[in-house]
Amino acid sequence: MDDSRARPLDRAGFIIAGLLLALASVILWDATKLQIAPVYGVGPTAMPYVVAGGLLLLVLGNLIMAWRGELPAREPVAPKAIAFILGGQLALIALIGLGAGFIAATAVLFAATATAFGRRAILADLAIGIVLGAIIYVVFVKLLTLSLPAGPLERLL
Amino acid sequence: MDALALLLQGLAIAVQPTNLLFALIGVLLGTAVGVLPGIGPALTVALLLPVTYKLDPAGSLIMFAGIYYGGMYGGSTTAILINTPGESASMATALEGNKMAKAGRGGPALATAAIGSFVAGTIATIGIVVLAPWLVEIAVRFGPEDYFALMCVAFVTVSATFGTSPVRGLTALFLGLALGLVGIDRLTGQPRLAFGVPELLDGIEITTLAVGLFAVGEALYVASRRRRGEETIEPIRGSLWMTRQDWARSWKPWLRGTAFGFPIGALPAGGAEIPTFLSYATERRLTKHPEEFGNGAIEGVAGPEAANNASAAGTLVPLLTLGLPTSATAAMMLAGFQQYGLNPGPLLFAERPELVWGLIASLFIANAMLLVLNLPLVGLWVRLLAIPQPWLYAGILVFATMGTIAAKPSVVELTLLAAFGMLGFLMRRFDYPIAPVVVGLILGPAAESQLRRALAISLGDPLVLLQSPISATLLAIALIALVAPFVLKNLRQLRARED
Repeated sequence: MDDSRARPLDRAGFIIAGLLLALASVILWDATKLQIAPVYGVGPTAMPYVVAGGLLLLVLGNLIMAWRGELPAREPVAPKAIAFILGGQLALIALIGLGAGFIAATAVLFAATATAFGRRAILADLAIGIVLGAIIYVVFVKLLTLSLPAGPLERLL
Repeated sequence: MDALALLLQGLAIAVQPTNLLFALIGVLLGTAVGVLPGIGPALTVALLLPVTYKLDPAGSLIMFAGIYYGGMYGGSTTAILINTPGESASMATALEGNKMAKAGRGGPALATAAIGSFVAGTIATIGIVVLAPWLVEIAVRFGPEDYFALMCVAFVTVSATFGTSPVRGLTALFLGLALGLVGIDRLTGQPRLAFGVPELLDGIEITTLAVGLFAVGEALYVASRRRRGEETIEPIRGSLWMTRQDWARSWKPWLRGTAFGFPIGALPAGGAEIPTFLSYATERRLTKHPEEFGNGAIEGVAGPEAANNASAAGTLVPLLTLGLPTSATAAMMLAGFQQYGLNPGPLLFAERPELVWGLIASLFIANAMLLVLNLPLVGLWVRLLAIPQPWLYAGILVFATMGTIAAKPSVVELTLLAAFGMLGFLMRRFDYPIAPVVVGLILGPAAESQLRRALAISLGDPLVLLQSPISATLLAIALIALVAPFVLKNLRQLRARED
């Protein structure tokens, strides 16, 4: 069994266990702030304690997996692609938050994601995104009477 | 037969023009998303939830069921023609199906998949008709402690028993349970894990979680490992029709696949992968043409395809009769019921029989529609695969955010979406299953309130969980299902060391 120790330890597994430990701690800390209700049975703190307890056991389980080197082999990531997708999400959040409206936000998201998948035609993709956003906006807001955030572009429709 | 009369009533509802239209939209959408890689039935239902909440419940639920069935049909097309299974349930199909397509027998492969899916779907839906009223009668007697125990079984089997690693599955489940804690406690009104953010008081939206994990997470994952070089789509050569020999070799695998798929789907065991691989292994053992296995044996397509459709139908049994989702798509359908204030279970059968039986009857119709749509139109569906990948994923993310914004137009919700996307990416990268997170979020709060109700009735005595024979049995099953994979793993290691 010891020959499996030949390769270097996979640090990712320990980071995962650490994150789970942090999550369990947050749940425990939050549960201590709750008041226990004077009713029969268990109060609102029971489930958080059960979940946190389970997570602590799973911290151990994940540590053992990491120690045994049972993490799957992973391909190297393409950091640019990740950055473009997450950047698109952040731009979307900012544009919606600033009141730029659904269509503009959609266009930026569309172009950023397409770029992440290897397209190199940002202006064309922005245009496609604007058309797609406008179609979705008209169909959902005018026909299905749902509300989507409106900005300067939407007021023109 | 009481069920038969109810089914006929349901049929009368299902053939109303609007409901037929909803079923048609459902199967068309379902087939499309099944064919397309990167988007599956669970995600589609999640995206449609906010769009449909103003529509008629019966119509939308019929549409969701159509999407579920359609996704299973569409997945097989992708698996056979490009060897990239659209759904994990189609992995077994890809093994032999793609070989058949390469050998110029793509037509018969698609035909046996479609006809097998129809046969299996129809038999399994009959299974629902027979089984559901019977289970409802048992479920009426369930107390809160029994429901809690039943949910424990579902938690364990969905996460630990059948996955590749029980620790990874349970980790995913507990992430979902932790997310389920967020929001105001239903019984005492105290906020948990809300950190003073008002948007979090209502809890985590199931739509946001599912869309983040499935759409954003999948996009990140595919983009991160994108390799140059395109996948090749095998053109469909030759006749679509199956020869007499193809039929002779297909019908038994269809029936055996159904026999695997339906019970495993109907037990709270979850996942269509197990029955499909069981079916594949069985056909491989029973075949009279062992030399063809690995080079395109029709039995290896017929069996698993029947199994995956039958198991999809099977998961509807616990969903409708007990409100227990055992797959990601079933979890999203439960959310669909809940957005109309409907709770699947015995009460729904008693109070809204027209809705439940209309839905069940429409499954037969959806199945027939799928057979008609799929075989002649397969060329059309294949064209969907020609959509360039950048536009496909950009479009998926646009629709994903639209669904989230329509449900809750806030910056907090979009931030959660991006965060769940990152979580989905990491879980895929480190091989943690996704479905237990969704099931944990939707069933966790339900299990908690059942447990607290049971303990309130028993005046706080936890022994109530063991005094009810139903609950005690179910908890024992849950315990065995939890421990078994660890024990088996150790046994296997021991045996391996002895060899």
